[in-house]
Amino acid sequence: MTGIIDYNAGNIRSVERALASLNVEYRISKNPRDLENADRVIFPGVGEAKFAMRELAKSGFDGFLRDWAASGKPLLGICLGSQVIFEHSEENDTPCLGLIAGTVRRFPRDFLASGLKVPHMGWNGVDYRNGGSALLSGIPDGTDFYFVHSYYVDPADAAVITATADYGFPVPCGVKKGNVEAFQFHPEKSGRNGLRILANYVGVSLPRGIEGGSSC
Amino acid sequence: MLKKRIIVCLDVKDGRTTKGVKFLDNVDIGDPVVMATEYYAQGVDELVFYDIMASARDRGPTLDLISRVAERVFIPFCVGGGISTVDDIKNTILAGAEKVSLNSPAVRNPALIGEGAAIFGNQCIVLGMDAKRDPSMKSGYRVFINGGRVATDLDALEWAIRAESLGAGEIVLNSIDADGTRDGYEIPLTRMISENVGIPVVASGGAGTPAHMARVLTEGKADAALIASMVHSGDYTVASIKSALASLGVPVRP
Repeated sequence: MTGIIDYNAGNIRSVERALASLNVEYRISKNPRDLENADRVIFPGVGEAKFAMRELAKSGFDGFLRDWAASGKPLLGICLGSQVIFEHSEENDTPCLGLIAGTVRRFPRDFLASGLKVPHMGWNGVDYRNGGSALLSGIPDGTDFYFVHSYYVDPADAAVITATADYGFPVPCGVKKGNVEAFQFHPEKSGRNGLRILANYVGVSLPRGIEGGSSC
Repeated sequence: MLKKRIIVCLDVKDGRTTKGVKFLDNVDIGDPVVMATEYYAQGVDELVFYDIMASARDRGPTLDLISRVAERVFIPFCVGGGISTVDDIKNTILAGAEKVSLNSPAVRNPALIGEGAAIFGNQCIVLGMDAKRDPSMKSGYRVFINGGRVATDLDALEWAIRAESLGAGEIVLNSIDADGTRDGYEIPLTRMISENVGIPVVASGGAGTPAHMARVLTEGKADAALIASMVHSGDYTVASIKSALASLGVPVRP
């Protein structure tokens, strides 16, 4: 069973719907106890870092996530969930979970001078680094995924980076340290290639009906 | 690199599509879920659903539509029309929309932009703006509301900059002059707004050919191009538009 962590951080239902389309068993919960027996968890979220950390503390998911990371069972962070697993975020100077060493930084304010808007919003090519990740298997290097974010992760150790996206510079958008893995982009909003990442994570193949193509 | 987005807009009324679609003649053309699924299969980057009844009364059909789309279309989509309170924003996002578009209600109550952004983040709040040429305005364009029927005192450029500072994460910029002409987007307007805000700008109104789209995405500096009748008429598919854009040198998602 795949657990989905619900901590009032935006529209996490989209992750639930994506898993439902894969016909896999999942449980979404606001209570850490409900997810203790999961085989793997997904830690999604959009919104603001300080609010998210407060909600995690309130629900007890902060301790749950630290214990989970230490347990060795798979953890997949998405978007905000890929950021607050680091030690600190520049977004309202927020101490985070510290599951991976590094900082979350805002895109430079002078980006507009070079024609780059913030948020970084839309489909961008994802380039594999350090050999990529098993979760990206079956997906060609350079495939476009859907991004929407104003902050990016800056790991202390570049060896944890599995993927980058070019936006003014190679922006880290995939990280992996042991059992803890995360993507800045939204697999659940990136069409069939995104669903393939989730299918890889859960360990199933993509149902044929959602492969896309000429008819659905 | 970041690709230019192609966004298809669907007008809905009580949860049904209001215009017919040629390529779906043999199916229920009134069902926006069917249309959304078809455009998704064709490779559209994003969808916008515009509730043309735009009233605060029963939003049930629209919310039902949103959740049915979200169950089968795994790309971002935005919902506009009739969203005038924080509760409307909440219900729309929680039903499965990625973003909400605020147009007239944002003009009447600008605080709504910040209130929505505080809950779901700036990226969820899209400012919808209808602008029309008017030499008496500082930027040369005036903002209209109520579907373009009512003039406001707002200058288009000033309103765009203000909306950004209030917390909007994107602007869908519709030219009333170009809308429906299929003669091309309003390039000077689009370029002016895009160069003066730090958030993405979606060009809307006037699309007739892929060349029009290429022009607004390059010369007009738009981050995305919104289309409707080009694909609803059956003259183009999203895929044919994308390959035309790619051959014109515009970076698009294959």
